[in-house]
Amino acid sequence: MVTVGVLGLQGAVREHVRSIEASGAHAVVVKKIAQLDEIDGLILPGGESTTMRRLIDQYGFLEPLRQFGQNNKPIFGTCAGLILLAKEITNQSTVHLGLMDITVTRNAFGRQKDSFEAALTIDGVAENFNAVFIRAPYIERVGESVKILATYDDAIVAAEEGPFLCTAFHPELTKDHRLAHYFVEKVKESKKDLQDSQ
Amino acid sequence: MLVNTRGGIRVVNVGTDRVKRGMAEMQKGGVIMDVVNAEQAKIAEEAGAVAVMALERVPSDIRKAGGVARMADPTIVEEVMNAVSIPVMAKARIGHIVEARVLESMGVDYIDESEVLTPADEVFHLNKKDYTVPFVCGCRNLGEAARRIGEGASMLRTKGEPGTGNIVEAVRHMRQVNAEVRQLVTMSVDEVMTYAKDLGAPYEVLLQIREEGRLPVVNFAAGGVATPADAALMMQLGADGVFVGSGIFKSDNPAKFAKAIVEATTHFEDYELIAKVSKGLGEAMKGIEISTIQPHERMQDRGW
Repeated sequence: MVTVGVLGLQGAVREHVRSIEASGAHAVVVKKIAQLDEIDGLILPGGESTTMRRLIDQYGFLEPLRQFGQNNKPIFGTCAGLILLAKEITNQSTVHLGLMDITVTRNAFGRQKDSFEAALTIDGVAENFNAVFIRAPYIERVGESVKILATYDDAIVAAEEGPFLCTAFHPELTKDHRLAHYFVEKVKESKKDLQDSQ
Repeated sequence: MLVNTRGGIRVVNVGTDRVKRGMAEMQKGGVIMDVVNAEQAKIAEEAGAVAVMALERVPSDIRKAGGVARMADPTIVEEVMNAVSIPVMAKARIGHIVEARVLESMGVDYIDESEVLTPADEVFHLNKKDYTVPFVCGCRNLGEAARRIGEGASMLRTKGEPGTGNIVEAVRHMRQVNAEVRQLVTMSVDEVMTYAKDLGAPYEVLLQIREEGRLPVVNFAAGGVATPADAALMMQLGADGVFVGSGIFKSDNPAKFAKAIVEATTHFEDYELIAKVSKGLGEAMKGIEISTIQPHERMQDRGW
């Protein structure tokens, strides 16, 4: 069985743990850097990206997280997690992990009053997926190696690049675990590949 | 069903329970700080607050000022909204439909129907289901919690006694709510109706809590958090996060204090870390012993 960590500094941690377990993997809440060694894949949950970054900095998580991704271990970022993964953020000079070749705009759909639910088709993952957008970002631009998985009103809201997966919405807020399952399968393959290459 | 006409053609759901409750889920493990201007809001954001509550006066100053406490001047709310990218909450008086609608029209991210302000209605709370904006409400026990959920609150906070810097009431209320939830969860279904009658709580909400084993919305702690250890204590008692009102900007060094409270909330079981962040913080806000507060000045008794 693979072990999937959820970065547990702040945000919707419990919901992701539930989705991972429902998808047949072992879930761990990651609060300390050393725990990154125990996991095969990592979820960066939804929450407040500004807050998460402050906490990531305070505990020296930035480099170890980057390293985790550079070692080709799968990372799945939802909402704030997507912002953490992006190489470029609109109107902002600093970026966070910078692992995915995407440009993301924060709160791109507006404030809380504009938060919404919508049925999406996620390419190769799920049809009619109820996506919950909360003060959500969207992806403005993707690099050549990035595969677009879903769009909403022409805005890119889900994408994949090598071991990295991201959504602007919150799959963890519904009981539909198809995306979590997709990620767990990705983690399984990656674990196998990493073992084979050793 | 509410309809968003953005984009002209496509019809989507805004203001659904999932969207409103989900917003609070994203705040979990975080600290929401009271601020009275843009400068304080920036300090709070910098310290790692997950949201700020824009007010005209913090609770301890409301207590001192006396008189009628109302919704903040919209100028202050707007100033704070323009200053930070984290969500902005604001308080409306209990039952004050128009204050709530005004805040909603301004686009605040969450409204606190709050006992810290002087109630506008001594019988009825707002019908919060009617709004696109989500609401947080105070509670001291499961009865209050379930009634507020029944009215459409998307987030709860235990009341404590605001503006006192005294954690005792916050502890009492968190323990009370959680003890009653545990009691409910172990009941057989045929006992729930009588429990609903005793608590004055909506039956359907209690059934749902029993089924899921927990409240259907996030429950933060509020009212009396004055130190990092207080914040960590509330997390250990089962709070999903912490509201800090007067505690931060009434302390000697707000920026440092705010950071320390955020860290203690994240790592509420790491005592060495809490010791470290608690060092040299300067004086916390001056506290008030609850028994010295006149009964009519107790904010926690407001709301029904």
